[in-house]
Amino acid sequence: MKLELRGITKRFGNFTANDHIDVIVESGQVHSLLGENGAGKSTLMNVLFGLYEATEGQILIDDKPVKFNGPGDAMAAGIGMVHQHFMLVPVFTVAENVALGNEDTGPGGILNLEKTRARIREISDRYGFGVDPDALVEDLPVGVQQRVEIIKALVRNAKVLILDEPTAVLTPQETDELLNIMRQLRDSGTAVVFISHKLREVKAISDVITVIRRGKVVGKADPGASAAELAALMVGRSVSLTLDKDAPTLGAETFKVTDLSVLADTGQLLLDSLSFSISQGEILAVAGVQGNGQTELTEAIMGLLDHVSGSISLDGKELIGRSVKQIINSGVGFVPEDRSTDGVIGTFTVAENLVLNQYDKAPFAHGMNMKPAVMLKNALKKITEFDVRTQGPDAAAGTLSGGNQQKVVMARELSRPLKLFIASQPTRGVDVGSIEFLHRRIVAERDSGTPVLIVSTELDEVVELADRIAVLYKGKLVGIVPGDTPRDVLGLMMAGASNEEAETQSGTEGKEPA
Amino acid sequence: MSNATATRTPGKATENIAVIRSWAAPVTYMVLGLVALVGFAIGSPNADARFRISDGSQKISVPDLVLGTTFVGWSGAVIMLGIAAYAFVLVRAGRKLARWMLPVFATVFVISFLVWVIGSATTPNVYLSGLIAGSFTLATPLIFGSLSGVLCERAGVVNIAIEGQLLAGAFCAAIVGSMTGSLVAGVLAAVIGSVLVSMVLAVFAIKYLVNQVIVGVVLNVLVAGLTSFLFSTVMIANPEKFNAPPSFEVIRIPFLADIPIFGPIFFNQTILGYGMYVAVFLVWFGLFKTRWGLRVRAVGEHPKAADTVGIKVNSLRFWNVVLAGVVAGIGGAFFTLVTSSSFNKEMTAGQGFIALAALIFGRWNPIGAFFAALLFGFSLNLSFVLTILGTPVPSQFMQMLPYAVTIFAVAGLVGKSKAPAADGEPYVKE
Repeated sequence: MKLELRGITKRFGNFTANDHIDVIVESGQVHSLLGENGAGKSTLMNVLFGLYEATEGQILIDDKPVKFNGPGDAMAAGIGMVHQHFMLVPVFTVAENVALGNEDTGPGGILNLEKTRARIREISDRYGFGVDPDALVEDLPVGVQQRVEIIKALVRNAKVLILDEPTAVLTPQETDELLNIMRQLRDSGTAVVFISHKLREVKAISDVITVIRRGKVVGKADPGASAAELAALMVGRSVSLTLDKDAPTLGAETFKVTDLSVLADTGQLLLDSLSFSISQGEILAVAGVQGNGQTELTEAIMGLLDHVSGSISLDGKELIGRSVKQIINSGVGFVPEDRSTDGVIGTFTVAENLVLNQYDKAPFAHGMNMKPAVMLKNALKKITEFDVRTQGPDAAAGTLSGGNQQKVVMARELSRPLKLFIASQPTRGVDVGSIEFLHRRIVAERDSGTPVLIVSTELDEVVELADRIAVLYKGKLVGIVPGDTPRDVLGLMMAGASNEEAETQSGTEGKEPA
Repeated sequence: MSNATATRTPGKATENIAVIRSWAAPVTYMVLGLVALVGFAIGSPNADARFRISDGSQKISVPDLVLGTTFVGWSGAVIMLGIAAYAFVLVRAGRKLARWMLPVFATVFVISFLVWVIGSATTPNVYLSGLIAGSFTLATPLIFGSLSGVLCERAGVVNIAIEGQLLAGAFCAAIVGSMTGSLVAGVLAAVIGSVLVSMVLAVFAIKYLVNQVIVGVVLNVLVAGLTSFLFSTVMIANPEKFNAPPSFEVIRIPFLADIPIFGPIFFNQTILGYGMYVAVFLVWFGLFKTRWGLRVRAVGEHPKAADTVGIKVNSLRFWNVVLAGVVAGIGGAFFTLVTSSSFNKEMTAGQGFIALAALIFGRWNPIGAFFAALLFGFSLNLSFVLTILGTPVPSQFMQMLPYAVTIFAVAGLVGKSKAPAADGEPYVKE
């Protein structure tokens, strides 16, 4: 099957998200659409999947024009899509989710899930998914949920499978597994469309690469091209992919965590007696597979959790038991992992979001009054400084792309003198050009003498930023190792092996990509 | 987003379980146990409470149940305080409370209270079968109302307008029933009236994205005003013509209706009463066993996911709200064609809201809502019966009973209930 997009244009009001895009996708190929966040990749795929109607242009299947009025039509034509935010009902079982919209029924519309279960088992066995049809989706790890999405498409006999930023939510191991699955699908004749901004993955898997910038196709690239070339094509200028940073100048150990334990409401131990400290002018990065206590660690420091025991001290002052506001006022900057729910208030303007942590203090407030003029001036300054792409300081933060929202959060948190800076997933969903910039800002904050705590599930990022690396596994601190520890050792530690075990094992097993 | 919850599941973080003590349950048990000790045991009227099971009209006769208030009061208090003490011990040891504790405690409390209150009454005897059968009758419109709520909210539309639907149904059944003299026409009119209310809700909530709670509240006020106006202008002027609807006959199933207690409940009902059991089953079966139900639940939980597999979210929601109107309309007809022989101003008296509470208490499940509504029906009926029997408790307090039970129930006494994730959120395609 050959799928062709010819001259697709999609406008939202005055804004042109896709500008005469031509793409041809053929069976047995992995076709990557490479582009920064907001370049228009997802819009294009939503047009293809029938979620949006194209303003201009045609979709052709085997050289015949087709028209999709909704996802139902697209699926009937053999197009399947794995969305960035999974389209699964959390309280349904795998089988119910897969059957939904495509149910086998007996007389009177009575559900018959047996056939669906059998199909799931068959596909699961063929590709080694290990998915149980009767498991509840909300109980499954993210990586498995993604496989359920793939099964959903395959059950509907998808000949073209679109994966929209599929690795954004995956751990390094899960990413490798996904790439393998994509290879298998390609080999069995499926056309795979891989949407991503991650150069390493695109290079590893693609047969054809189409680069999109600002809604236009800017060129095709060869998978053999160097990462720097791809990045330059994608961003439109040359970018540095490695971070230059000096050796840290360590000051006093002002931030200390001793025997920190956190319990869930159910009594589950989420963090188990963590002890570590960070010096002024040092970056400690926490590595670990998602869900091993990283979120709880940052939230416990910020005073967001109940059932916290142990001690967290900053400049000799105890933080446990203080309110979030007191903790912020004692000089802690915090970039939460989920910017859209915890980082910005979508309906507030960019200018308001930029002062959320100091709106009640001078110079932004005077007594009971807020000072909009000062806020506006501040916003204009930060928007230029952090290169936030917005229609203006009055635009609602919710209208910004994810990467730009992240810049707003970073700009806010770094805009005052800090005693401690915590950033959780500082560059998740941010484009290459901006990652470079944000990383430099984090290092600059370190160099100004602030202890910095970074939490990231991206091993690349951890290795790049860290002076020391702490590895969390099942709520326990597996160990703290120097920043230049090899990736394979870190990978083993992230699976629970102690520092020494990891080093001996990686020595005997040889290099495995982490 | 749903994704955030998925990525943050602490499930696999650790298997270690530590202890978090919550004293709420043992303290509540202790307080209620002490109330029982002081009220029902020490405050026992030292009389016999007589529960009549047969009233002589049935073929099978069962002797009356006679219980001494002092004996029941003291043994009940001892059992309840024992459970409270055991709860303290368990919480102290950091263990979970046993699952039997709440139902056993509640049952013992209710029995102790009943025996005490009947024993203290001026006429210390009550017709038990009648008490229970009456509860079912009072619960029937509540159950229809709750089912209407289930149908709406499972599809993601909040239905505060149950009260209005019931009232519109009751009014239309009365006026059309009176004018035509036909029961079928009365029920049909009730359904149409209630569906009209539903359609207004559906159009505003789904098409115009108005806040669903506000639309619901406004609809309730609108229907109350409209029916009251028509009642005082049309019905009062000519009650024989406009407010004298026929009533449904009780269909007695021979022999089975003679079974003590259960007979009157299941086999001595009007066609609408039997219809209620059928409706509960059909809604449950439809929601959980059919393609329609799977789609409805998907639309209520994650409409976008449903959309991406080709389900027409808003049209499914619209028809579900309409169907909810049909069900609530039958419930409304029950007021004027079964329980009462004429329509009266605001005769639903907040029962639509109790139906809403039953829906939440019953965790958005038709069967759960059925039992919750029964509980409310029972407390409602008890308050009537006790007022007649002449109890030491002021009748105003007795009349508060169903509402007090509602508050306890909805406040999450029996664990948190979780609404469909997209309940009340309109779905807009980008």
